[in-house]
Amino acid sequence: MASREFFEIPKRYKTWSAGLIGVGALSVIIAYIAYGRGEHPQLFWGALLQNSAFFLLVVNASMFFICATTLAMGGWQMSFRRVPEAISTAVVPIGIITAVVCLLIVLLPTHFYHWQHPDGDKILEFKKGFLNTPFYITFTLLTIVLWIVLGRKMRALSQELDNNPLPNAEAGRKYIFKNTVWASVFIAWFGLTTMSTLPWFWLMSIDAHWYSTMYSWYTFASTFVSGMALIALFVIYMKNKGYLEYTNNEHLHDIGKFMFAFSIFWTYLWFSQYMLIWYANIPEETVYFKSRISAQGHDSGPYSGIFWLSFVINFLAPLLLLMRRGAKRNYASMVFMAVVIIFGHWLDFYQMIFASIDPTHVNKGMFVLSLGIAAGFIGIIMNSVGNAMSKTPLVAKNHPFTKESIIHHT
Amino acid sequence: MAVKKFVVACFDEEDVLFKAVKQVRKAGYKLHDVYTPMPIHGLDTAMGLRDTSLHTAGFVYGITGTTIALSSISWIFTKDWPLNIGGKPHLALPAWIPITFEFTVLMAAVGMVLTFCYLCQLAPFVKKHHFHLRATDDKFVMVIECNGKTNDAEVSSFLSAAGGTEVNIQHAETGWWLGTYDKEQKLIADKTETVTA
Repeated sequence: MASREFFEIPKRYKTWSAGLIGVGALSVIIAYIAYGRGEHPQLFWGALLQNSAFFLLVVNASMFFICATTLAMGGWQMSFRRVPEAISTAVVPIGIITAVVCLLIVLLPTHFYHWQHPDGDKILEFKKGFLNTPFYITFTLLTIVLWIVLGRKMRALSQELDNNPLPNAEAGRKYIFKNTVWASVFIAWFGLTTMSTLPWFWLMSIDAHWYSTMYSWYTFASTFVSGMALIALFVIYMKNKGYLEYTNNEHLHDIGKFMFAFSIFWTYLWFSQYMLIWYANIPEETVYFKSRISAQGHDSGPYSGIFWLSFVINFLAPLLLLMRRGAKRNYASMVFMAVVIIFGHWLDFYQMIFASIDPTHVNKGMFVLSLGIAAGFIGIIMNSVGNAMSKTPLVAKNHPFTKESIIHHT
Repeated sequence: MAVKKFVVACFDEEDVLFKAVKQVRKAGYKLHDVYTPMPIHGLDTAMGLRDTSLHTAGFVYGITGTTIALSSISWIFTKDWPLNIGGKPHLALPAWIPITFEFTVLMAAVGMVLTFCYLCQLAPFVKKHHFHLRATDDKFVMVIECNGKTNDAEVSSFLSAAGGTEVNIQHAETGWWLGTYDKEQKLIADKTETVTA
């Protein structure tokens, strides 16, 4: 099985990833010409921010998955752990793109975040200690750099065993302890960023007057479930190509459980964010839902179609279609649900951003271009993952928990 | 409910048990059950048991709970006893979602526990025959059911050869009956040497 140790990138895979990157680049150029110039370039920057933030958080969710299972002393993921490791290498290119997009948004006169110019607005003056340009830049750069550095550390820890197996059980214990230390450092920083501060900065501050303490958890749930779907897609792709000989339906079943459970977790936050405002009678917070559910006079808001569609495909579809045991162990149904979940949460991000910067109507041209930009990011992910998997062995054969994964039984 | 004849054997090791289960099924003897002190991964597949339908039952209970909660709350708050709560509409769907969820979980959980107890024939004030008390402690107990044509001496030696210890023959009631474990009771039909085809 020596020849199966590394992923040989097929020609079609390369063509597809290059083609998708091309579509993305073309969409960015068209979007810039159509919407990026003039007095109101917000739509263009919104599309860039939506896609770069969404895909960065999705690929970074892979590293979160690795660290969370490491801290939980999980063994079952070892047989396919190189797949999320490979996905997390995409944090580097997408992280750089996101950093550039965020810097351009706050440094160019894009009028994207109106907290940059409080102009005597009482609420914005009050929030100025947090919402100000220098802190935004510092925190964005710090976040992305630390994600890249800590992610690389976790991958290096995993790869250092490939050529020098652990001599004895004592060394194994030390190795596992070192893993848990670095994983907890990553998790702590992940908790400070994705689970709290970062979505406030990048996304929630578009509605600078509005706030919700659920928002970051909501963003995390959205991107984590998409991240699990992405892992499932790559695992199934590799299985179909004949790699990952130790991964079987038992492992896929557990990935499917994550997709099922976190779809429900996302819905819990989706509902709670609305319900707390509605039930506690907070009229000043209803502005967020005005364009998303209904406007004054009970007319539907322009984004209500997208809002409810994302509820249907992100909650009802996984709930009903992934509930059965057989559905989680079947390649076809898992691929279908993974694509549906990733698209559904991309759509949810679209709604989170565009309903705030353009609340009065849905710009169809921008929607199509945003899909095109998304294709570019998918191409970047394919490229990074393919490269990473062709350079490192696909099975971490010397890890102490690998046997536990081979005999894993759900 | 009937008294049947069984051949009972104890096993100490998991891998011996798995091999014995395979041999017994291959030889065509009827496995009544295997009693173990803890759940053993893969034993159900090895014994050829079908997947449980307990989760289907759970889904049905859950759907029932959702329906009961939503329909009864909406009837109460719109038709039977409408109340003005903070100026909210009478049909205040978001406020009912938590209750509906809780009721769904309650119905599914309680329903599944009761169904599980029924399927395992567990309940207060009922009694079942124990083939070997150490099945609750440190032994894996395999029970093979005899019919009219079974040669029990042959089964006994077969189980001994497969690694079984304390091989013995028991006549036991298969179902449950009223009674408690602290008192010995006469069975309803205490026949010896009854053989059912």
